[in-house]
Amino acid sequence: MRADKGTGLAIRYVVAIAITLIFLFPIYWLAIISFKTPNEIFAFPPIWWPEAIQFANYRVLFKDGDVDAIWNSLVIAGVSTTVAMFFGTMCAYSIARFRTGGNFLGEWIISNRMIPPIAIVFPIFLLYVSLGWVDTYIGLILLYTAFNLPYVIWMMRGYILDIPIELEESALVDGCSRWRVFVKVVLPMARGGIFATAVFTFIFAWNEFIFALVLTRSNVTTFPVQVTHYFGVDSTFWAKISAMSMLGMVPIFIVVAAMQKFIVRGISLGAVKG
Amino acid sequence: MSRLGASIDRRFKYYMIFPAVLVILLIGLFPAIYALITSTQGITMMDEDTSFYGLMNYKALMGDLRFWQSLLHTMIFVVIALPAELLLGLAMAYLFLERMPGRQVFVSLLVLPVVMSPIIAGATWRLLFDNRYGPVNQVLSWFTEEPVVILWTVDNNYVYPAILIAEIWQWTPFMFLLLLAALSNVDKSQMEAAELDGASFARKFRSIVLPAIWPVLAIAVLIRGLDLFRLFDVVWALTRGGPGTATETISMYAYILGFRLFETSLTSALAFVVIFFLAVSVTLILRRMEIDR
Repeated sequence: MRADKGTGLAIRYVVAIAITLIFLFPIYWLAIISFKTPNEIFAFPPIWWPEAIQFANYRVLFKDGDVDAIWNSLVIAGVSTTVAMFFGTMCAYSIARFRTGGNFLGEWIISNRMIPPIAIVFPIFLLYVSLGWVDTYIGLILLYTAFNLPYVIWMMRGYILDIPIELEESALVDGCSRWRVFVKVVLPMARGGIFATAVFTFIFAWNEFIFALVLTRSNVTTFPVQVTHYFGVDSTFWAKISAMSMLGMVPIFIVVAAMQKFIVRGISLGAVKG
Repeated sequence: MSRLGASIDRRFKYYMIFPAVLVILLIGLFPAIYALITSTQGITMMDEDTSFYGLMNYKALMGDLRFWQSLLHTMIFVVIALPAELLLGLAMAYLFLERMPGRQVFVSLLVLPVVMSPIIAGATWRLLFDNRYGPVNQVLSWFTEEPVVILWTVDNNYVYPAILIAEIWQWTPFMFLLLLAALSNVDKSQMEAAELDGASFARKFRSIVLPAIWPVLAIAVLIRGLDLFRLFDVVWALTRGGPGTATETISMYAYILGFRLFETSLTSALAFVVIFFLAVSVTLILRRMEIDR
């Protein structure tokens, strides 16, 4: 019996390691290309491990100013996340505690999340042309804020409902205004949820492609759009594709790795309580 | 509470939702109204014709072969990728369900594809699928023991597998994470009781596990189904809808209609059809799955 269990575990380990390697291999390949020299990238048959790890591909990105795209993404994702978190948490508090708007408001808000970007991007584009907002920070920031608000409201509603209401009641009895209760009692209590939700909101804005493709030209190109600029008939830009992708991806990986506890709840729209 | 307090509360709760609702309305409602109006007009690249044409654009769309083809392509991606992700995710969730040292490390590593930008995932697979410098053909050639030259992103026979592999690779871990969480919450005493009764795996799965994980499973399928229906990024990175229009999805076609052909009115009609189709099917699915609390 005991030996049986041991063998079972060993088999499960082997399968688990195999599966994990398969799923990580594409990311490994992308990473390793970014460290290769051009000769190694275009070697046949493909080389799985370069002679030496070198950072020339990254240096080129900094030298040519391609990293501006990372900066643009940082500004757009950062500001839109902050605004969406602030407005969204306010709204979520109102819905969670006062049932504002009944079921209708909540359902209407979440239904906005289901609209495919492609269905609204064209009218938005024409609106932005007339406002002069194409290829500006404000244009994408507003759009990402609006697109993230339903998610923030939905998630924060769940996190706020988990907070015991007694603390707020006693603060009210102590003479705090409603707004003070919200800022001084609710926000600190919801800290974990706010942080987790903000991370996913940030990731959405950071990774988004269609809106950025249509609404940026050269001033505020975000990093996903920048990467697609390297696609071409010839494959000379492989080094840039991989190095740029790594620059945009690794920060996200680090943050996600640091917040294991919230991941399932975050990516399931709160359907699974973590 | 005094009446004064109550009335202040009422205003407070509306102040609190005001900014968020305003922003959502601005971005959510304007495009809908705009699309509704222009879809009844005759605006094209050459012609700023804003007179009323009724349902003409909708009729044109219904007679547009390319529209139906793009819908078909989208559906192919949905009906293959969705079950594949679900079953693979479920199998992986079972693999990691029982405690094993280091499980958390595996799970953390497996989540990485999910948080990648889909366009970067597509770019990555483009490098992997390269017929000469990519490792996919190389690995295949080890098995066939002769050079394999598959043009994954160009050859009609391989573009679907290529896109599906990239898509399934990126999102199976999503299903896996959600199902792992759901399976971990299944009542253990019930399972043990069924085991004592000698119930088969299939039997236990059907009568204990499935009902328990149903709400999560339904949400996961719904989220992924909607995502797949608007599939764009990976196709853009791998094939741009090609060869020809062989892998053009609804989203790709809408993009081309709007931003390449500048068929404003037709694009608006398409946007409206898509939103209508989604609204109806989501409502029906939610009813059927009984997760609409």
